[in-house]
Amino acid sequence: MPTTDPRDPPAATRGLGLHVLMTGLSLAMIAPFAWMVLASLKSLAEAGDPAWLPRTYHWSNYADVFRVIPFLRFVANSFVVAGWVTFLQVFTSALAAFSFARLEWPGRDRIFFLYLGTMMLPWLVMLMSNYEIMVHFGLVDSYTGLVLPAVFCSLGTTFSAFGTFLLRQFMLGIPRALDEAAEMDGASKWRIFWDVILPLSRPGLATLAIFTFIGNYQSFFWPLIMMKTVDKYTLPVGLLFFDSEHGQATHLLMAAVTMSVLPLIALFVIVQRQLLRGIQLGAVKG
Amino acid sequence: MSARSSRRRWLVGMGFLLPNFIGLCAFTLVPLALSFGMAFTDWDILRHNVFRHEALHFVGFENFTRLFGDPQFWRDLGNTFFLMLGLPFGIAGSLGAALLLTRVGRRRCAVGPALGVATVIFVASGLVLLRGGMPGGGLCLLFGTFAASVLAAGVLSNGTVYRTLFYLPSFTSGVATFVLWKNLYNPHSGPINLALARLGFDPPNWLGDYEWAKPALMIMALWAAIGSNNMILYLAALGNVSPELYEAADIDGASPGQRFWNITWPQLAPTTFFIVVTGVIAGLQGGFEMARPMTGGGPAGSTTTLSYFIFTEGFETGRLAYASAVAWFLFVLVFILSLLNFRLLKRHADD
Repeated sequence: MPTTDPRDPPAATRGLGLHVLMTGLSLAMIAPFAWMVLASLKSLAEAGDPAWLPRTYHWSNYADVFRVIPFLRFVANSFVVAGWVTFLQVFTSALAAFSFARLEWPGRDRIFFLYLGTMMLPWLVMLMSNYEIMVHFGLVDSYTGLVLPAVFCSLGTTFSAFGTFLLRQFMLGIPRALDEAAEMDGASKWRIFWDVILPLSRPGLATLAIFTFIGNYQSFFWPLIMMKTVDKYTLPVGLLFFDSEHGQATHLLMAAVTMSVLPLIALFVIVQRQLLRGIQLGAVKG
Repeated sequence: MSARSSRRRWLVGMGFLLPNFIGLCAFTLVPLALSFGMAFTDWDILRHNVFRHEALHFVGFENFTRLFGDPQFWRDLGNTFFLMLGLPFGIAGSLGAALLLTRVGRRRCAVGPALGVATVIFVASGLVLLRGGMPGGGLCLLFGTFAASVLAAGVLSNGTVYRTLFYLPSFTSGVATFVLWKNLYNPHSGPINLALARLGFDPPNWLGDYEWAKPALMIMALWAAIGSNNMILYLAALGNVSPELYEAADIDGASPGQRFWNITWPQLAPTTFFIVVTGVIAGLQGGFEMARPMTGGGPAGSTTTLSYFIFTEGFETGRLAYASAVAWFLFVLVFILSLLNFRLLKRHADD
């Protein structure tokens, strides 16, 4: 360290100003959420009042949301759709990544380049034709039609080629000696995949699963054009429907918005560390 | 023998790849080719659907010539670029946040005085409530409690709490937060205009105003962009800058500004470059998800971006062929950017 600067504050308060600044910025970031929760507790009469605090707290608004729209259906639909997309994408991507990272076969690198290429396609290009294919097979307004293209095509979220790329990068970091040892013991490629590589790839798999799940939980454009029956809406489309039907009932709308955001916040707190490491894994080499 | 074993290896390798590869062909490569074909036809949902099968006509470049003569297309392209002007602010915000977080993490703060300050904030806001009464005092106490606990948690966690709170808007960003912001911007019942009016401004009608709708969307996007993945990438990159560089600068007596422009900024260049390229590509295709719930593309088309144009043309008026032409125009833009990206990355790698 160089000689202490005479302008330096005494050690006791050093960094305190910085912490106060960060606290202020943090509050600005979460202020909208605070307003959201407070607005969700107002009565109908107060819904149009700009004051932050409700005069009386109406917790029953949350119960009313379930009466006005099939909110629970929307949540369940979102979880089922995002869950299936995540499962199919993570599983098929892990298989493909194993093939690219651990097996030697003629033509492998050429196909991998093809995978890299598809990651650069703007997803809007495949939107219309995917919709037409679903129309052709009569899959519009069905969960199959909603899930399958979302697994294998970027419709505004992650998709199987990205997942394959991410997991391949991860698997390349696993020491080769492990496969070789297993092979000496006479393990088949499938056994090596299932018993050696897959368990060691768990952090990569978890990261991909989080990305995919969140992306599809929030996905809007594709479900909006695919789903025609209100009962089949996912949460984002359902919220838009709520807004257009009952937009004046700000208190109920904010209760619904709160209930949509809270699971995300809870999930984030749980998976935070995994997620932050994953962002670096996926992007730095991208 | 060797031909047989190579065939075997191909079969095993392909076997693992197959489920994924079939899906990629069916839902990315085939639709890609189909959409290219569509752009040169007169495909229209009204004339080509489950109930009507009129013959498709090849129309050559007609969709594209019509597109370039369509004032709406140019307006929406303009809107798309306008909204992308928010990008540098978002990047600067992410970098600023990452710098602050790094600084907080490196410098240990004395816990005692910090907890003291937190207590003072808490007690002061409680006194405001006692003297001023509800509702203003209640709000003050609420935020005071928030501030005191964030500050205490921030000092004790050495700053990770701030990172979490910064990241929340980006993590939750979606239709729910867009609907929330629509209400924040409400000129009558929203808190933004309430605050602006208290401060003596004449607040705009935000989303209902032709001039203000786009800036309103950009401000909201900025809120979600500051603590986004970009901030996390910057944080990681800052952690990788060799401390020896800074030590050398300190010996030379460099000012903080010199340290930033001569060390930090060049060291972050690859990250910045990645963020800019992905941001531009996302920005070209963006706007619909925000504008649909918040403004419906209005007022008077002022927030209709190219992706919104594709939605309207393809799925409301049903001119899928025309919408595909727009998408392929975007494809060309993105392709040029990706090439540029590769070229620059390569030059960077060569350096």
